[in-house]
Amino acid sequence: MTQPTVRKPRLATGVRLQWDRVRERHVLLYPEGALALNATAADVLELCDGVRTIDDIAAALSARYEGSPVGDDVAQLLTAIADRGLVIDADA
Amino acid sequence: MPTPNPLLLIAELSYTCPLHCPYCSNPLDLGSTRRGEELKTEEWARVFDEAAALGVLQVALTGGEPLVRKDVEVLSRTAADAGLYSTLVTAGTPFTRKRAEALRAAGLDHVQVSIQDSDQVESDRVAGTGAFARKLEAARLARELDFPLTINVVLHRLNLDRVEQIIDLAADLGAQRLELANTQYQGWAALNRDGLMPTRAQLEAGEQAVARARERLGRRMEILWVLPDYFEEFPKPCMGGWARDAILVNPFGEVLPCQAATTIPGLLFENVRERSLPEIWFESEALERFRGTDWMPEPCRSCPFDRQEIDHGGCRCQALALTGDASATDPVCHLSPHHALVVEARQVGEAISAGGALVYRSPRPLAGRY
Repeated sequence: MTQPTVRKPRLATGVRLQWDRVRERHVLLYPEGALALNATAADVLELCDGVRTIDDIAAALSARYEGSPVGDDVAQLLTAIADRGLVIDADA
Repeated sequence: MPTPNPLLLIAELSYTCPLHCPYCSNPLDLGSTRRGEELKTEEWARVFDEAAALGVLQVALTGGEPLVRKDVEVLSRTAADAGLYSTLVTAGTPFTRKRAEALRAAGLDHVQVSIQDSDQVESDRVAGTGAFARKLEAARLARELDFPLTINVVLHRLNLDRVEQIIDLAADLGAQRLELANTQYQGWAALNRDGLMPTRAQLEAGEQAVARARERLGRRMEILWVLPDYFEEFPKPCMGGWARDAILVNPFGEVLPCQAATTIPGLLFENVRERSLPEIWFESEALERFRGTDWMPEPCRSCPFDRQEIDHGGCRCQALALTGDASATDPVCHLSPHHALVVEARQVGEAISAGGALVYRSPRPLAGRY
């Protein structure tokens, strides 16, 4: 089980989640950069509001995906994005 | 290969600037007699909408100094409405509280402030005007308003010995990013190359200072070190490739692949006043001229390192400036038959003790000033 580095994730200051209508995918936009996201990553990031915990997010997605366990994937994804400074802990 | 859609629009709103930096990337002819021909607010708004439709995600509002225009607030709003992530690239001096708050409200995303040096006297000397204190105020104001902040510093022989202090200053100002951009010898910097050229020892010390600071600061501040391309074995992937990731519109509406391309003779750059941005992007002969790899000469064509898609042929403006031929191999590449020109330029940097005299950026015509 991945130990996530953030508990209540939110997008860092100046980071925006957006639909790229030309390439038809979600992107994270930030100062002088863009990160293309797959649909699952976009689903996770849409729930990163600084209020929900990682467990809340995993539970919400698990319900959406009809009970499949997603906890580990969510933790891994958010750790990777937090390592790039794009997601931070709301309480930190 | 199909033409990719660009990700970045560089919007040069005006070539006017209160600073006189001798390494400015603007053309030597600043078009001061053409100010009346600058694109109007509604023309820029159309360009932003067309850019978004073309797949652009980011817009850099730059110049010159973009804030010499009164409509940057309106244009920020337009960019936000089009879904573009906007960066204001400013010298800082006109970034007053009133304008900063209005820009915040208009949806501007990110502020980049240039600083010339960590030392006030040296910074003002290179800027050619007393601006340092107001630049620091602008940076602090950006943070106070919760803008993500990038500090940008062009590095050269007169400030490279203070990389450590520059990093400390940017961290003190609360910057998320620090761009340490070693001088690219285009525009005014080409004119001042001998006076700006650092020594190898300066560059090595600077790079070590960056490595130490990255260790110390971790994620608190990202430090970008833009490579000094005259000192590299391979050329820089200029603009990520000619008309590939970025599209530039100059103050008069001309659509270019980069800041310096108007120096290349024989290329006719089309104007957003005549055709739409997508039409120009996909159909302009000038933007097609050095796109992809088909145009490449030898030794690029049979590059033993297979770097055609890594370096994208380096910099066309640099090839022109050094060899007189924009389609030549970038002489920075150690395989270029003209590589000796780059080696000689570096040796000038090693030989002179105090640097040469600098020509400061100025709107006055340059004829007779060489």
